[in-house]
Amino acid sequence: MPGWTSAATSDRPQTVTARPARRVVKTITLVKAALWVAALTPAALLVRGFFRNDLTANPGDYLTDQTGTWMLACLMASLSVTPIRRLTGWNEIIKVRRLLGLFAFFYGVQHLLTWIVFVHYFDVGFMAEDLAKRPYITIGMAAWLILFVLTLTSNRMAVRKLGRRWQTLHRWVYVAGVAGVLHFWLLVRADTSEPLRWAAGLSVLLGLRVWWAWRKRQPLRS
Amino acid sequence: MLIKKAPDIRSSEITPKDIYLRRREFIQGSAAALVGAGLAGWPGDAEAQIPRTKLPDVKKSPLSTTETPSEYEYVTSYNNFYEFASGAGDGPKANSKSFKNRPWTLAIEGLVAKPATYQLDDFLKPYALEERVYRMRCVEAWSFVIPWVGIPLAEVIKKVEPTSKAKYVEFQTLHDVARFPAQRTNSLDWPYIEGLRLDEAMHPLTLLAVGIYGEVLPAQNGAPIRLVVPWKYGFKGVKSIVKMRFVETQPRNTWQIMSPREYGFYANVNPMVDHPRWSQARERRLPSFVPNRRTEMFNGYADQVQSLYAGMDLRRNF
Repeated sequence: MPGWTSAATSDRPQTVTARPARRVVKTITLVKAALWVAALTPAALLVRGFFRNDLTANPGDYLTDQTGTWMLACLMASLSVTPIRRLTGWNEIIKVRRLLGLFAFFYGVQHLLTWIVFVHYFDVGFMAEDLAKRPYITIGMAAWLILFVLTLTSNRMAVRKLGRRWQTLHRWVYVAGVAGVLHFWLLVRADTSEPLRWAAGLSVLLGLRVWWAWRKRQPLRS
Repeated sequence: MLIKKAPDIRSSEITPKDIYLRRREFIQGSAAALVGAGLAGWPGDAEAQIPRTKLPDVKKSPLSTTETPSEYEYVTSYNNFYEFASGAGDGPKANSKSFKNRPWTLAIEGLVAKPATYQLDDFLKPYALEERVYRMRCVEAWSFVIPWVGIPLAEVIKKVEPTSKAKYVEFQTLHDVARFPAQRTNSLDWPYIEGLRLDEAMHPLTLLAVGIYGEVLPAQNGAPIRLVVPWKYGFKGVKSIVKMRFVETQPRNTWQIMSPREYGFYANVNPMVDHPRWSQARERRLPSFVPNRRTEMFNGYADQVQSLYAGMDLRRNF
């Protein structure tokens, strides 16, 4: 129940000016709402495109590309949370990290389904061949499996049960990020400009962490 | 006390008198440009420079497949044409609105008795146009059925009389950033080069196309003149040709230069030889979400062309 309703006030017409002391919507809630909208918009547009028959002559390929791109985008966004927190000092933003990670997996599930259905049409033999013979597929699947495990262990119970090991486990998201960008890089035929931009972004995000870890190790100088 | 002196107005800041007197024109011009930009909307909405025009006197060919041609809309909005945009999709259509297909010169050079440079219309005049409905298999495992309009390349070659030393033909696409905006990037090594062995070029199926669906070739499909070799992957069909050179040694083709492990000189459609990154055993006949056909050897033209490759190891010569 939202904080501004109560038995005493809900029977009366409510005005914001009546209780100015209680700010109702927290900034972090707004940010979360905005992220839900932002993260679901691409999926909504793809669904609309499907019903409008507007996904190019090769819709299977288009959906594979799009879901992969948005998976990577959500993963990068989740990796940006800690740097944003440290650079701005706004600690509460940490609350959107799990949400973004889960959206990455949400697009990841769709991306894997496009591979199973649109690329291979459920042919197990072709899928096995793809996994065994083609490094970009193997690497992409590895990234997917990492995100799968991280999703399974993203709830509070897992955090509690795993204790310290939780953080060690969830550091694998860096490996997933690198594998995701590498997967994209290896699959373009020419014009590597797009995977190059992802690689640049990822380098900054991971580079900051390396830098911070290195500084922490330096003895304090007076 | 410091008294600041007002700085002199530098002469470079003074608007020349003639421009000052035309200031209203300038303002009106800018306003018109803004309104114009608003009305024109996105670049994709602009009218193409090449209007849809019927080609006259096109005769049917017995070499056509009886399969139903793909829809015009799809064939003209799903293209690979890196000179306009990277990757398959509607990028080439969107970025080719200002492409002009005339004037166009075509040079025939090298080991021929009659080298010449033609204006395209003069070049085409002696030949009768034919419609050839061919399967088109892209190396990316999708395909269309396209009714091309064109002239057999063999007729052109006979007319220019290659010398006995000529073994290959090298084709070159126009290199002109004014017409091909993506040639400003280095996504490929410009200009696009392709090549055929002389006997492949002389094969009756090999076509120089100037149209599709009975109409003038749209920019995104390779206007104004392109190669069509239906038993090879689509990238062999070099577009917007400005030069044909007869040579003694095998030319290097653009995709082979880009990635020799993945793209060879021959590029014959072959379901048994995979691209390193995907299987070539099946294809999507577009539009389709899923693979819906088994790919045929030589794209279904084996009876007509396999003798060209007798005794060759097609795994090595991919």
